[in-house]
Amino acid sequence: MISFQPTEDQQLMRDTVSAFACEQIRPIARQADESGEIPASIVDQAWELGLIQSAIPEEYGGYGGDRSAVSSSLVCEELGYGDLSIALHVLVPRLVTYPVLELGSDDQKKQVLPAYSGEKFVAGSAAVMEPAMGFDVNDLAATAIRRNGDYVLSGSKCYVPLGPAARHTVVYAREDGATAAFVVPSDAPGLEVVGRERIMGIKGLATYEVQLNDCRVPASARLRGDLAPIFNRSRVALSSLAVGVARAAFEYARDYAKERHAFGVAIAQKQAIAFMLAEMAIEIDATRLLTWEAAWKLDRGEDATREACLAKNYAAKMVLEVTDNAVQVLGGHGYIRDHMVELWLRNGRGFATFEGLAIA
Amino acid sequence: MIDFELSKDMAGMRDMIHQVAEQTMRPISHQFDEEEHTDPTDWQQMMWDVSKGSSVFGGGPSDKKELAAKTSKPAERNVGATVTIEELSWGDAGLYLSIPNAGLGGAAVSAAGTAEQKQRFLARFSEGEPKWAAMAITEPGFGSDSAAVATTAVRDGDQWVLNGTKIYCTSGQRALDKSDGFVVVWATVDKSAGRAGIKAFVVEHGTPGVSVTKVEDKLGIRCSDTAVIVLEDARIPFDNLLGDPEVHTGSKKGFKGVMATFDATRPAVAASAIGIGRAAVDFVRDELAKAGVDIRYDRPVMKQTAIERDFMEMESSLQAARLLTWRAAWMMDRGMRNNLEASMCKSKAGLAVTQVTQKAVEILGPLGYSRKLLVEKWMRDAKINDIFEGTQQINLLIVARRILDYSSKQLN
Repeated sequence: MISFQPTEDQQLMRDTVSAFACEQIRPIARQADESGEIPASIVDQAWELGLIQSAIPEEYGGYGGDRSAVSSSLVCEELGYGDLSIALHVLVPRLVTYPVLELGSDDQKKQVLPAYSGEKFVAGSAAVMEPAMGFDVNDLAATAIRRNGDYVLSGSKCYVPLGPAARHTVVYAREDGATAAFVVPSDAPGLEVVGRERIMGIKGLATYEVQLNDCRVPASARLRGDLAPIFNRSRVALSSLAVGVARAAFEYARDYAKERHAFGVAIAQKQAIAFMLAEMAIEIDATRLLTWEAAWKLDRGEDATREACLAKNYAAKMVLEVTDNAVQVLGGHGYIRDHMVELWLRNGRGFATFEGLAIA
Repeated sequence: MIDFELSKDMAGMRDMIHQVAEQTMRPISHQFDEEEHTDPTDWQQMMWDVSKGSSVFGGGPSDKKELAAKTSKPAERNVGATVTIEELSWGDAGLYLSIPNAGLGGAAVSAAGTAEQKQRFLARFSEGEPKWAAMAITEPGFGSDSAAVATTAVRDGDQWVLNGTKIYCTSGQRALDKSDGFVVVWATVDKSAGRAGIKAFVVEHGTPGVSVTKVEDKLGIRCSDTAVIVLEDARIPFDNLLGDPEVHTGSKKGFKGVMATFDATRPAVAASAIGIGRAAVDFVRDELAKAGVDIRYDRPVMKQTAIERDFMEMESSLQAARLLTWRAAWMMDRGMRNNLEASMCKSKAGLAVTQVTQKAVEILGPLGYSRKLLVEKWMRDAKINDIFEGTQQINLLIVARRILDYSSKQLN
C-alpha cells in the first residue's frame, strides 16, 4: 500500500545521521574544501555510527543489519546535506563492501569484509571513471584480458577516491565487450597512483588519477554476476546525496532571503525570489520521491535500471538548478566564499559527471 | 514503511477503471471534442449507474469519522481517488469532467456543511437520474483574488437574496439546467469585511432569478460545460449557507473552511493532469517502438540521442508529479494537513503535463499536429490543469508562503 512513511528504525537512523551532519560535519565543510583535507577525527566519529559495519553480516565481523537501499537513501541525503566531500569520504569503504556483499564468493567475502568491520575506519575505493568525454560504465576503455589463468588490467582511471590510502580498490574494466569488476589490493603491482586530482568541487575529498599498467590479478579477484544492480545502487546513492546538497543550498538561500532587505521589505517578500524558492522546494521533494521509488524497487530485487537512471538524471539536473538559484538569491554575496552557496554549486555540478560510485 | 505499490484492492480497481477508460471513453473521445456543447448522455447514464452512491469520484476530503472508523486499516480513499481520476483522464479528461456526480459543489458541502445539509444536498447523488453539483467562485472581475468577490448575499428574513455574475463554473449548466443539481456560490455578506465576509451558498436548480446565460467555447476539455451564471434577486433559504453565518472581522474563519476544499481538490486536478500526460507518453512510447527507436536508459548523457533525452525527461517529470500527488493524497488519508503538498503537486503537475503534451506533439511531427489522432487534443486538454483550481503561479505563491512561513499579507 502506498506510503511515504519511513519505518521507526529508519527514522531513528536518519535523525542520528542528521544530527551528526548538522553538528559535526557542516561546521568544518568550508575548511575541508579550502584545505583539501578532511580531519581524521570526523572520519572516526562517522565510523562509530556504524554506517559501513552495520550492513556486513556477523560472520564477517559486522552487525548483520539492514542493507536496504531506501535506508541508505535516507542516510545519504542527510550526509550530503552536511557536506558532500565528507559524506563521500566516510562512505567510501562501501565501494568495496557493497559489491563484495552482493556479488562476492564466500572466499572473497572472507578475505575482504573483516577488514571493514573493525574498530577503526578503513578506506576502500573504486576505479570506475575514466578521463574521456565518452565515459560510459557499460562501455569502458580500460580492459581486462585473460592470460594464463590470471587477468591483466590496463587503462586510465580518474576520480579514484582516497587512492593509495584504500585497502582495496574495485577496478572496473571491459572484458569481452562487457564490464567486469575486480577486487584488487591497492598495493598490487601495476596499479599506479599517478597523482591527486585537481577538480572543481568535492575538494575536501582526495581523489586520484590511477594508471593500470598491466596490473596482473588472479581470476579469483573477479566478481561474478550482474553489475547492473551495483550501478543502480550507485545512482540511487548519488541522487540522494544530490537531494541533500540541494536541500542545504535551498535552506541557506531561504533563510538569507528572509534576512536580506531591499526596498523596505525582505527580498523573500518579492515574488521573483519567493517563486524561485518555491520551485526549488518542489523539485527537491520531487527528486527525493523519484529516488525513494528507485531504491524501493532495488530493495524488492527487481530491475530498477529505468527508475534509477531517470532519478539520477533528474537529480543531476535538479541539483545544478537549485544550487545555481541559491547563488543567485544571494546575488553578489553568493559569489563570495564567505558564504557556502558557491561551494554547493561547485559540488552540485559534479553529479552529472559522477557515475558508478557505488557508495550505497 | 515507504512503499510505492498500490494495495491489491486499489490495483484491481485501477485495472477495472482502465478498462472502462479504454473501452468506453477512448472510442468517443474524438466525437465529444469536435461536437462541443453536446452531452454523451448514454455514457453519462452508464457512469451514473456504476458510480452512483460511491464517493470515489467526488475527490472530497475524507472526514475524521471515517478515519477513526478504520483505525485497523488506514483509509486509502484519497490515494484511490487520484488513481481513479488518473485512469479516467487517461481515457479522456473532458469526459471525466462530465461524469454526473457531486463534484466540487459536493466537496464544499462535505467539508463545511452540517449533517442536515449533507443529507439534504448530497443524498440525491445516490438515487434517481444523473445529477451534477458545481462550484461558482470566479467572476468577470476576479479570478485568483477571491477577496475581490462582487456577488452579494443580503439577508431578508429567513432568506438570502443573491445578486451577481459567476463565470467559469465547471458543470454549471448540467447542475442547474440539465439535472436536479445545485451550485455552491461564493458571495459576500459584508464587502467591508474582506475575506471574512465571504460565504458559500447552495443555490438549487430551478431557483427563480438564477440563469445560465452562456456556455464557453474552449481550447480543450470541450465536453465539459463551463457556464456563466447570472443571479438576479435569487432567493434561497437561510440555511442554505454553508458554515457560520456570522462575520468574524479580522479572522478568516469560514473562508478558511471553504479554502480547505482546495487541499482536497488540487491533488484531484493534478491526478487528472497526470492521466492526460500519461496518455501522451504511452502514445509516444508506442510510436517510437513501432519506428524501431529504443530508449536506452543507462546511457551517459553525452551518448543519448535528442529523442532519448526528451522522452526520459517526459517520463521523469510525469512520475515526479505523480509521486508528489500521491503524497498529498496519502497525507489526507492519514488526516495530515497537506496545504503545502497539495499546492506542490498541483503546481508541478500542471506545468509538467503542459510541457509533456507539447513535447509529444513536437516529437510526433505531422502525426502529433493532426486532429485525426488525439495527441493535439491531449495538449489542448492538458493546459487547463495549469490554470484551474489555482493557476500554477497561485500555487507557487502558496508553496512560497508555507516554506517561508509568511502570511498572505507578508507575501502577496
